[in-house]
Amino acid sequence: MSELMIEIDVLRYRPEMDEKPFTQMFEVPYTPDMSILEALQYIKDHLDSTISFRWSCRMAICGSCGMMVNGVPKLGCKAFLRDYYPKKVSLEPLTNFPIERDLVVVMDDFIKKLEEVKPYIIPEKEKCLSEGTYLQTPEQAAKFKQFSMCINCGLCYAACPQYALDNKFTGPAALALLARYNRDSRDGGEAQRMKIVNQEEGVWGCTFVGYCSVVCPKDVDPAAAIQLLKVESSKDYLIGMFKPE
Amino acid sequence: MTKRKPYKRELPTDWWLKHAFYTKYMIREGSSILITLYSLILAWGVLRLSQGEAAFNGWLEALQSPFSILIHLLALALALYHTITWFSLAPKAVDLWLKGKRLEDKVIVAGHYGAFAVITVFCLLIITL
Repeated sequence: MSELMIEIDVLRYRPEMDEKPFTQMFEVPYTPDMSILEALQYIKDHLDSTISFRWSCRMAICGSCGMMVNGVPKLGCKAFLRDYYPKKVSLEPLTNFPIERDLVVVMDDFIKKLEEVKPYIIPEKEKCLSEGTYLQTPEQAAKFKQFSMCINCGLCYAACPQYALDNKFTGPAALALLARYNRDSRDGGEAQRMKIVNQEEGVWGCTFVGYCSVVCPKDVDPAAAIQLLKVESSKDYLIGMFKPE
Repeated sequence: MTKRKPYKRELPTDWWLKHAFYTKYMIREGSSILITLYSLILAWGVLRLSQGEAAFNGWLEALQSPFSILIHLLALALALYHTITWFSLAPKAVDLWLKGKRLEDKVIVAGHYGAFAVITVFCLLIITL
């Protein structure tokens, strides 16, 4: 029996040679258990060693291998050829980010936004080590756990038309991370973070398209985090009208 | 010297036609145009009512034209579409916790439909009684 093959289109861009990206087609032997990432590794090992793509863990933990698979943001390691075979698969770098090379994008803006939301616990008042640890009940932990599962893969930014239209928007993952700390009972930094939330570029840049939550590979549900922050932001505004700080 | 030359892709103007999810979102948002139009028609009716019976009857008559019926059917279809899609998204903006557990999505959605039914019956009672 001859080997089953699948066609894979890859958007290539080599900054030192190309003016703009172009599509290159590869034929890869098909097996039902092969992931898109493994197909790319096959291409690099056997067909074209110059192809560039990011990857590390192969198990949806590191968040490196995000790419557009037939126009949908997915992790290469969590998408399988069997879901596309015998049709062609088309791979492109994550949209809404500039292309560095082939499937590698420039994520600097995304990383900057993650840093801007103060993603660390800001205690209400510093405790001395001798006073012991900050305690938390399972119920208090449950309030933020979902929003802490983000692996910073950037799929939600590729899914967000608001970020595409204006990349000043803080965006889904950063706002979900912000919500994660605001909802933490050990944290006292909410007032500082609400300044980011209340801006036009904060939660009000979101028009609730909701696709970020659909593509999230870890079920973080950033759309929910943002809508809940809109509720908080509205409360903040109302309270501010009667009790200006 | 750096060989870096990050390539920026333009967002095509028809981005919302490229994926069914975006198209549905645009229909949901776009429905507000026809719903605004419909509220203006209603507001116009109130104005005509204040101008006396003849004016109001004229408004009622105008509503019976085939074009007006078409607008009404369209507005109804889009309002229903907006309502159904909005209700299904409602759990994302509700954060209610009971006995240490977050209220399930389907309970929140059912609550919205329940409220919708009660308010509809109440409005029908006001109009018909």
